[in-house]
Amino acid sequence: MTDALVVKGLTKVFNKSLVAVDHIDFTVKEGEIFGFLGPNGAGKTTTINMLITVLRPTEGGAIVCNHDILKDASGVRDCIGVVPQEYTADEDLTGFENVILCADLYGIPRDESKKRAEELLQLVELTKFKDKQVATYSGGMRRRLELACGLINRPHVFFLDEPTLGLDVQTRAATWNYIKLLKKQFGMTIFMTTHYLEEADMLCDRVAIIDHGKIIATGAPNDLKESLGGDIMTLSIQDGEADVSDLIKKVPKVKEVKKQDGTYRIKVVDGEETAPTIIDAVRSEGHRVTRLSLTKPTLDEVYLEYTGRSIREEEESKEAFAAQRMAMRKARGQRSMGMGH
Amino acid sequence: MNENKSNSKNPLHGLWALTNRDLKKWYKNPIILMLGIIQPIIWMSLLGKAMNLSSMFTSFSPQLPPTIPPPIQDQIKQAMSELSKQAMTQIFGTSDYFSYMAVGMMSFVVMFTAMFSGMSMVFDRRLGFLNKVLSTPVARGSILMAKIFSAVIRALVQATIVLVIAYALGLSVGADFTALNLLGVYAALFLISMGLSSIFILIAIRSTRQETQMAVVNLLNLPLMFASNALFPASLMPEWLQMITKINPVTYATDATRQLILYTIDMHQLAIDFLFLGAFAVIFSTIGIVLSWRYLSK
Repeated sequence: MTDALVVKGLTKVFNKSLVAVDHIDFTVKEGEIFGFLGPNGAGKTTTINMLITVLRPTEGGAIVCNHDILKDASGVRDCIGVVPQEYTADEDLTGFENVILCADLYGIPRDESKKRAEELLQLVELTKFKDKQVATYSGGMRRRLELACGLINRPHVFFLDEPTLGLDVQTRAATWNYIKLLKKQFGMTIFMTTHYLEEADMLCDRVAIIDHGKIIATGAPNDLKESLGGDIMTLSIQDGEADVSDLIKKVPKVKEVKKQDGTYRIKVVDGEETAPTIIDAVRSEGHRVTRLSLTKPTLDEVYLEYTGRSIREEEESKEAFAAQRMAMRKARGQRSMGMGH
Repeated sequence: MNENKSNSKNPLHGLWALTNRDLKKWYKNPIILMLGIIQPIIWMSLLGKAMNLSSMFTSFSPQLPPTIPPPIQDQIKQAMSELSKQAMTQIFGTSDYFSYMAVGMMSFVVMFTAMFSGMSMVFDRRLGFLNKVLSTPVARGSILMAKIFSAVIRALVQATIVLVIAYALGLSVGADFTALNLLGVYAALFLISMGLSSIFILIAIRSTRQETQMAVVNLLNLPLMFASNALFPASLMPEWLQMITKINPVTYATDATRQLILYTIDMHQLAIDFLFLGAFAVIFSTIGIVLSWRYLSK
């Protein structure tokens, strides 16, 4: 099997100083869903724009379905489909007109493009609305229309940039289903970026975690999770003063024990089998276990492990910052109004 | 699998689709079309009708010394009116200022449409549509040409509406006017709108701010308009201003359309007009296509 995407030393520097993408290497196998995971501003969209030949790399290059993005850009353009982050469909045109417009951009003859447009609109369940202006579509419908537009040339590699950004939970889940369905129907390679961990976990065969323009980990979601060294167990005992860390550490398959506020955070392989042994070990010194829980690691923990911070924390802090700024602005406005009186 | 698909494809594919998209956005919004027409109508009906230069002489009743006998007074008055007509015809080429400026308004509406053509480029970039098109095998030159052609078509339609309205308001066409002349008018307007929209689309080629575009349009529209013969004959302007009118393409488009609609054609001058307009259109659209290869993507 050949590789659909081979990226070597791909780099983009904006204005000679801002390094958006920093010498990244990765390959995507034919037929796989590859996720590019990272927080906002990590370089995901910049990478995608270079791969779809919209942005020229500063250094390095890539081969997309056997075409060089630098030497044979039009060859690349012929075999890819793109769903950008923004809603690019024309609001003044109908859904059907938009899909036909996309077909014309690939030079697909009209009788063929009409047939394909009908098929694709049926697939994304927009047949009923195809003659309505896109301005009347909901966010989820517009996302689906973008999917249909991106598929009109039957691409080998399908690029999705944040396919569920800004959608509510149900629409997000529905979009995932569409992506899975498309993959099944057309068997193409999908390259997608996302900053939703559960999305990458759910859809992708393999993911690359990108942060500050560099890839810091690549692999199947499960492998990445296993590379953390096992499950996470939290345990509390009745006597908060005592320290049983050393007891737990002696149990085989326990990798790491941390005591935080009277609870123990234990990294352990094969959590289900090891749990009784740990309880026995704690009891042997006369302590009583009051609470025990076991979680399988998520990509969130993987992300935390590799970047040293959680994606959610970052988003929350950003939101908190915005809220704070808003509050300050309000306060300032009120003060100046008060002074006016 | 689809390697040979690109070979069989027309290199201009997508050009009409993109042009048509811009046109659809335009004619599906009749308000925009109306607003584009209203301004030249206001100019024509207010300035064109109010600045009734020819009646300045005819409605003027000179107070002649009573020593001149009445029959001679009448003769003088008649001679003055005759002279004013001659003055108008010599300077404006027609005795009717409204007809003179109404034809100038056709250049005006073409100029305005071309100037705003850069705006849609900025919007396409902002909304991500441009990036999507750039990821398809459409030739980069076609992306630019589609913008130019849609501006040209819009400009010609609006100029036609202006012509029809001007005719309804009393434009008197020249004695030699034929349908063939009308073709010439469209050729001249085609060339100038092609050149001008190429320039303004080039200005917008990397821009993401519509404010910049607005500023450029505001800065250039009055000089382009007044430093030309669109409203007033260049021959009466001071030397330095005449120099500007001579490099202003609006002058040549207006002169060509006036010759074809109002005047008896001066073949030599008309040839110069078309040569200038042709060179203007070819040079700037070529620069546009060449630069679009390099600068359309960042």
